[in-house]
Amino acid sequence: MELPVLNAAPPAAPSGGCTSHACGSTDDQMGHLPEHIRQKVYNHPCYSEQAHHYFARMHVAVAPACNIQCNYCNRKYDCANESRPGVVSEVMSPDQAVKKVMAVAATIPQMTVLGIAGPGDPLANPERTFETFRQLSEKAPDIKLCVSTNGLTLPDCVDELAKHNIDHVTITINCVDPDVGAKIYPWIFWKNRRIRGREAAEILIAQQQMGLEMLSERGILVKVNSVMIPGVNDAHLVEVSKIVKAKGAFLHNVMPLIAEAEHGTYYGVMGQRGPTHEELQQLQDQCAGDMNMMRHCRQCRADAVGLLGEDRGQEFTLDKIEAMEIDYAAAMVKRAEVHAQIEQELSLKQQARTAQAELAALQAQSPLAASARPVLMAVATKGGGVINEHFGHAAEFLIYEASGHGVRFIGHRKTTPYCEGGDTCGDGESALDQTLRVLKGCEVVLCSKIGYEPWQPLEAAGIAPNGEHAMEAIEEAVAAVYEEMRVAGKLDLPVAEQKVA
Amino acid sequence: MAFEIIESCVNCYACEPLCPNQAIYQAQPHFLIAAEKCTECIGDYMEAQCVSICPIEGAILDEVGVPLNPPGSLTGIPPEILAGLDRQGTAAVLP
Repeated sequence: MELPVLNAAPPAAPSGGCTSHACGSTDDQMGHLPEHIRQKVYNHPCYSEQAHHYFARMHVAVAPACNIQCNYCNRKYDCANESRPGVVSEVMSPDQAVKKVMAVAATIPQMTVLGIAGPGDPLANPERTFETFRQLSEKAPDIKLCVSTNGLTLPDCVDELAKHNIDHVTITINCVDPDVGAKIYPWIFWKNRRIRGREAAEILIAQQQMGLEMLSERGILVKVNSVMIPGVNDAHLVEVSKIVKAKGAFLHNVMPLIAEAEHGTYYGVMGQRGPTHEELQQLQDQCAGDMNMMRHCRQCRADAVGLLGEDRGQEFTLDKIEAMEIDYAAAMVKRAEVHAQIEQELSLKQQARTAQAELAALQAQSPLAASARPVLMAVATKGGGVINEHFGHAAEFLIYEASGHGVRFIGHRKTTPYCEGGDTCGDGESALDQTLRVLKGCEVVLCSKIGYEPWQPLEAAGIAPNGEHAMEAIEEAVAAVYEEMRVAGKLDLPVAEQKVA
Repeated sequence: MAFEIIESCVNCYACEPLCPNQAIYQAQPHFLIAAEKCTECIGDYMEAQCVSICPIEGAILDEVGVPLNPPGSLTGIPPEILAGLDRQGTAAVLP
């Protein structure tokens, strides 16, 4: 079977005109990975930007204990409506978790990946974590297993990880400098003692780096997560990116700090701000010179279920799972069919994308087109790689950049759905105001439909609402709208002054 | 001579496997220490193990009821700010 190509290489610089995946463009998230790695990640929603529109993942919260404290985490916190790492509704036993995974896999055949991500550190709960993996690799061999960790006990766990055939590990590495680390980690638990400050950071960093090297040696894929904390590690993360790449990490995911006073975290209550969308994008672009960057991460809960950006956890609470009869052998047959369908669809899309990329490359050879300014566009989608979400129902927008060099995915921005927002949210800001703020910098918003009411405020803010490309493939639609703007002479003008603060 | 786990425990399990005397056990609504088994780790470790890994300030008390990890000692959040947070109900719901 030919593997569907994941993310079309954007057409290379105008002079080159190369559209092959080997041409080394760093915009292409998966394109230049070695074939054996692409085989492992093409259907992993967390690793492949393309796959995340089609394949689903789930986390099981079997690992409540943690062995370090991070300033962006509050161990007391739980909320059914919050979506961020470290948050769960119910901790489960390995047996319960296995039952849940099989129930979800049978109900949502697109689910390809099971991760253990907390709510504590999975490797600080080795018995519970590995018992879950052991049972699943036996009972549900068609599910990929992965784990994320702060890395403190990783070197001790590498052999056990290899035994369970876990081929993906995520390590959260926020720094390689203990002086930076001392501002992020107040303490670690190490060799039967609580250790604080710089000494703690030094140990943690050494363990993370050793764990990364050991995993690389064994051919286990490593993704590195970093939390971008303005004024603490933002400048430093460029160096982190270089080092982890040199040690074999295949993907770097720079995520924005989430810090709100009501979360009760140190950073939240002390007023540490998170990065703006622009700052995050700038850092990701800086790091991209050195390695594959991941831009579609949704920073999901430690018990999330479904496509990235959605959470169907409420359909699979413990009491509901108890009532479900699962015939996993039958489910596996169904799952294989669904996966084959998706792969075929991806493959067809890829052919279309390659053709489009070649065309765009030709167009880009005209000096006029290549010099045209880039435009950011926001897209409302429920998944599937098409524009299929109503503006008022969108809880997030995907951001794409169109330029003379093609279309590239930049990231996603969350908001409160306009139709569900009520009068105000947060500190007196209406849901529409929030969306307008979130869309800052975008000149177009593409959605399947948009009501009359938000139309005028969007235009007034310099963001053109566009419902004309409903159900079309996102990248084609973005390219088409960009072409319309070019023909209309809008690209010759400077970016319209946006009125949103 | 024994420590005590109180209601602010979030049931994270971290302390349970560390106890050299198996004095800590899961209970509802939170983990407990069997007073007759607890030695405060004297003779086994330099530092009491449950106290050294517990992430929740104030969740473990000494034999006279004083928090072993007082407010602000683990998170670095000044106690006066913490007091305000607790009033807002930043409570634990882990089972």
